[in-house]
Amino acid sequence: MPATKAQALVPGLVIKEADPAGDADALERLAVWALQRYAPIVAADPPDGIVIDATGAAHLKGGESAMLAGMIDRLVGSGIVARAAIADSWGAAHALARYSNQPLMIVPPGTSADRIMPLPMVALRLGPETLDGLRRLGFETIADLASKPRAPLTLRFGPELGRLLDRAMGALDEPIDPVAPPDLITVRQGFAEPIGAPETLARYTNKLVIALCAKLEEQGLGAKRLDLLFHRVDNRIEAIRVGTALPVRDVKRLTRLLCDKIEKIDPGFGVEIMTLSAPVVEPLGAKQSISSLIDAPEADITALIDTLSNRVGEHRLYRFAPLQSDVPERSVGKVAPTAPQTGEGWPDHWPRPSRLFPHPERIETVALLPDNPPVSFTWRGIRRRVKRADGPERVFGEWWKRDAELIAVRDYFQVEDEAGERFWVFRQGDGVDATTGSHDWFIHGIFG
Amino acid sequence: MRSPPAIDALREKVRKLETAERRTIDVLPFGVGAIDAKLPTHGLSLGALHEIAGGGNGAVDGAAAALFTAGIAARTRGPVLWCLVRPDLFAPALEQAGLGPDRVTYVEAGDEKSVLACFEDGLRHNGMGAVIAEVARLSMTASRRLQLAAESSGAMGLCIRRWRRQSEASDFGQPTAAVTRWRVSALPSAPLPVPGVGRARWFVELIRCRAGESAEFELEACDAQGRLAVPPHLAYGQAQAGDGSYRATA
Repeated sequence: MPATKAQALVPGLVIKEADPAGDADALERLAVWALQRYAPIVAADPPDGIVIDATGAAHLKGGESAMLAGMIDRLVGSGIVARAAIADSWGAAHALARYSNQPLMIVPPGTSADRIMPLPMVALRLGPETLDGLRRLGFETIADLASKPRAPLTLRFGPELGRLLDRAMGALDEPIDPVAPPDLITVRQGFAEPIGAPETLARYTNKLVIALCAKLEEQGLGAKRLDLLFHRVDNRIEAIRVGTALPVRDVKRLTRLLCDKIEKIDPGFGVEIMTLSAPVVEPLGAKQSISSLIDAPEADITALIDTLSNRVGEHRLYRFAPLQSDVPERSVGKVAPTAPQTGEGWPDHWPRPSRLFPHPERIETVALLPDNPPVSFTWRGIRRRVKRADGPERVFGEWWKRDAELIAVRDYFQVEDEAGERFWVFRQGDGVDATTGSHDWFIHGIFG
Repeated sequence: MRSPPAIDALREKVRKLETAERRTIDVLPFGVGAIDAKLPTHGLSLGALHEIAGGGNGAVDGAAAALFTAGIAARTRGPVLWCLVRPDLFAPALEQAGLGPDRVTYVEAGDEKSVLACFEDGLRHNGMGAVIAEVARLSMTASRRLQLAAESSGAMGLCIRRWRRQSEASDFGQPTAAVTRWRVSALPSAPLPVPGVGRARWFVELIRCRAGESAEFELEACDAQGRLAVPPHLAYGQAQAGDGSYRATA
């Protein structure tokens, strides 16, 4: 369409010169950004995509769905509207990300081939002539194409069509050539004979870490992310990524973190090249060692935090910190274990239960309204008589958070049954005005 | 009750055999004479594994056991690691038992196996005050590994045994390599002259104790520094029984 026609159709249209080289550069930069943040194997997928090998990389970001959602959010935050999909093969993910009806999609392993069937043929990355020819023959979707015998199609359109189809179905491997930023600190070890035993891999991992740490030391840096890539003889790349909470240059610690993950590597027929790189680095200066003249400082647990967060995931490791809220479940927030210590605590006016249920459980009670604690209550089929009780502690709804909480009230009581077990129960509402709550009773926690 | 000197000498010998590499055993006393007297080291030894379970419904909710453990951890020095499976711990209650939020790092491990792995990693790390884990099953092999890990670093390992169902709690009878084994059950709280709930009281059983005898205590729950106490009526009774003299009561 000529520009003048487009301007006539859309008033106020902004027209810019196409800049394919600039776009490719920007895509490359975006790929490097994704490499530093998400996974060790990332490549630009021109003209408009990035391909990421997410195998074994999602654990640092809280799982695949959390990683994908976070990625989209960040891209939207910087003005890029993006769609993403995780599938078994590059081809399938490429097709689903661009042509499925959901902007964010995670396909369970083994089902990608079925999911791409209803998509249009263009999702296969076919050339324009091939696409035209296929359309003329009446093909519409990938399913149409996959159900036909391969030989006549190959005869007419060449071998590329079959190859692309196989790649999308996951029948044919498609190696990703990872992007590498120019200033990446990296070390590499090639092998004359392919290696495969875990002990050998671990030994060479140690050697690579020693070499990398020497390079980091020259520049006064410490690594926050390490990628160890195993180039297999069959042209696949297996990767390990570990993260640390603070920059580290300690050979023993980094080796340990990497070697913990070696068991997850499938060396196949052998590994011929290993590369170790530090995509995220931060300055790390020399520090004076502790002298016995002063008291031993608080023990440093960042090494432990790194080991554990690489084992169970970063988001599963936290400290609790007080939040400004009277609603019990909102008064506790999670902060990173390396967050600075504030010395703050919770108000100490009332005893708090040591176990707080994630969801309050409904109980049947016999209680006098409005101010009295229950005389007896039934929880999980067991009736308990209340011997002693304390309360009420009134908690008002937080109207600035939700409109529905404008007049909501909870009255908390600490009750003790005949056996001495202590529970934290509350009544929804103030016991007089039914608009403040339903006057139902709930159990919210157990005291020690 | 005094044990004969021959037994004492034998105990000393065994202790030397057990702790060949370690020069001294560091001990964390409870500060309650009645408990410390029953423990051969006059306190909970650091660099050892201790098991704590709840009695009755506490075997499932582990509420009292968690507070008892928090009280012990609060009195150690250094950071604390708490490995969980079920994230239902309420941090303000731990602070009321003396364990402030700045000291504790929580690990939410997905399953029992990774809890034990995290527990062991924590115990092997130098400089930890206490490492706490909530587990249901603890085999002899696993506990032995944990005990050795604790010995190597000198951190106190506190294992809260917490089961999914009441019926599984019989597992607590199985032997483990832990140095002491405790069971904490809730008792009616201290009576007040006015309506209300007083300081919580626990029935604490020392079920197993290496080189010591089992015992049971009625105690008042942790205060804001994590210290236990003997209820006043019992404290008076013990003093009377202890020195055998009468005292006038006003």
